[in-house]
Amino acid sequence: MAYPKRLDGRKFNETREIEAKAGVIKRADGSAMFRIGKTVAYAAVYGPRNLYPKFLQNPREGIVRVNYAMMPFSSKGERVRPGPSRRSKEISMVTEKALLPVLHLEEFPNAVVDVFIELPQTDAGTRCAGICAASIALADAGIPMKDLVAAVSVGRVDEQVLVDLNYDEEAFDGKVADVPLAVVQRTGHISLLQMDGEIEKGQLINAIKLGQETLKKVFEAQKKALKEKYHTEGGEE
Amino acid sequence: MGEILVKNKDIVVPGEELASGMDFLPSFGTYRDKDKILASRLGLVSIDGKIIRIIPLSGKYNPRRGDTIIGKIEDVSYSGWRVDTNSAYPAMLSMKDATSEFIQRGSDLTQYFDLDDYVVAKIINVTSQKLIDLTTRGPGLRKLTGGRVIEVNTNKVPRIIGKQGSMVHMIKQATDCKIVVGQNGLLWILGEPKSELIAIEAIRKIENESHLSGLTERIKDFLEKATGRKIEEKMAEKGEQNGLS
Repeated sequence: MAYPKRLDGRKFNETREIEAKAGVIKRADGSAMFRIGKTVAYAAVYGPRNLYPKFLQNPREGIVRVNYAMMPFSSKGERVRPGPSRRSKEISMVTEKALLPVLHLEEFPNAVVDVFIELPQTDAGTRCAGICAASIALADAGIPMKDLVAAVSVGRVDEQVLVDLNYDEEAFDGKVADVPLAVVQRTGHISLLQMDGEIEKGQLINAIKLGQETLKKVFEAQKKALKEKYHTEGGEE
Repeated sequence: MGEILVKNKDIVVPGEELASGMDFLPSFGTYRDKDKILASRLGLVSIDGKIIRIIPLSGKYNPRRGDTIIGKIEDVSYSGWRVDTNSAYPAMLSMKDATSEFIQRGSDLTQYFDLDDYVVAKIINVTSQKLIDLTTRGPGLRKLTGGRVIEVNTNKVPRIIGKQGSMVHMIKQATDCKIVVGQNGLLWILGEPKSELIAIEAIRKIENESHLSGLTERIKDFLEKATGRKIEEKMAEKGEQNGLS
């Protein structure tokens, strides 16, 4: 079975429609919404704030805690059991590791920055949407950071290398690989690379290249979201 | 040759290139990577000669020596008080820095400051591990009784104070409220209930519109309308020169 045309009619290097907004949760220190197609992620950042229990404190630099959660109604009709699961714990951990390289945490020893990622609606690519939202929210919270991080999933469906798989493509009956990829904007360094499925070396290299190219668009959306917050609130600078 | 890639007062995001070449110096909120100066925070660019820095628009209070803050007593210990500073770190107010009175050894410290009391205090010292020492000995430093405490964005505090205190002076004058502004984003207001509300509304207006020009003029109009009182011209003119820095 070949895959000559995508199920939703996109080009192979085309992402779903992206929408990003900063400052959506007023009580949080920083927040963001990131939507890619039917996947929606909200991120709220609190802190730097006091960290207890005390044994978690690190006197050399602050720590980041990420909590990723899918809302119970976010899936395709099946209720997602709330609370930590094996899957959500792993995603929380890899998200934290994806964001860490850009954060300047040495400015607040013994403190913590909490990042909460919630997904009210999902259609594959949730951890990538979560990372994109968290990156905007951290910048919005005024956390010192070297750069922005964005993520997109790449992969293959049958023999075709493509970006931003949706759920139908992940469930394609044939050879499928889903590779979530997070990249630091300026340096192009990869801070998250996972894979589900099977892929050949050449395809993987092509997929990553394609992903890095595609992420430029995502970075633009992130920057626009951050700048827009102050333009709409204030009009002029 | 060095080159500045952004305009003064542009909004920049982390990772944005501000200048290239070695002719400029990175200051607060920026860092150097090889020959480029980049932003490490969300904020407004401020170019002052060769120095490039960022004026943050968001973020929690970062305690600094010499700041006057409003804190809340969190705990009373044997030899002092622990104070919540509205930042990531609590501060210590020791007995000898609290009052010039002689305090008998082992006496009840709650007669000076009790739990949940608000105090105006000055930061004497901040260590690298962010241990903060406070003092309440000095002009204007005291316990706050009555009134109400509100929280604002710490990065907007300079705008609320205004140049040489012109903005807060204007609000005080218009509403007859006593106001103390803490650098940590806590404000204490005492006056008639109605005028307290007007003062709070004015402060919220400053907070939301601080990056628009003609701020002082709008606040003045608002206060005049709300209180039905005329504000002296001289005050307003003084406030208009407010820079962001």
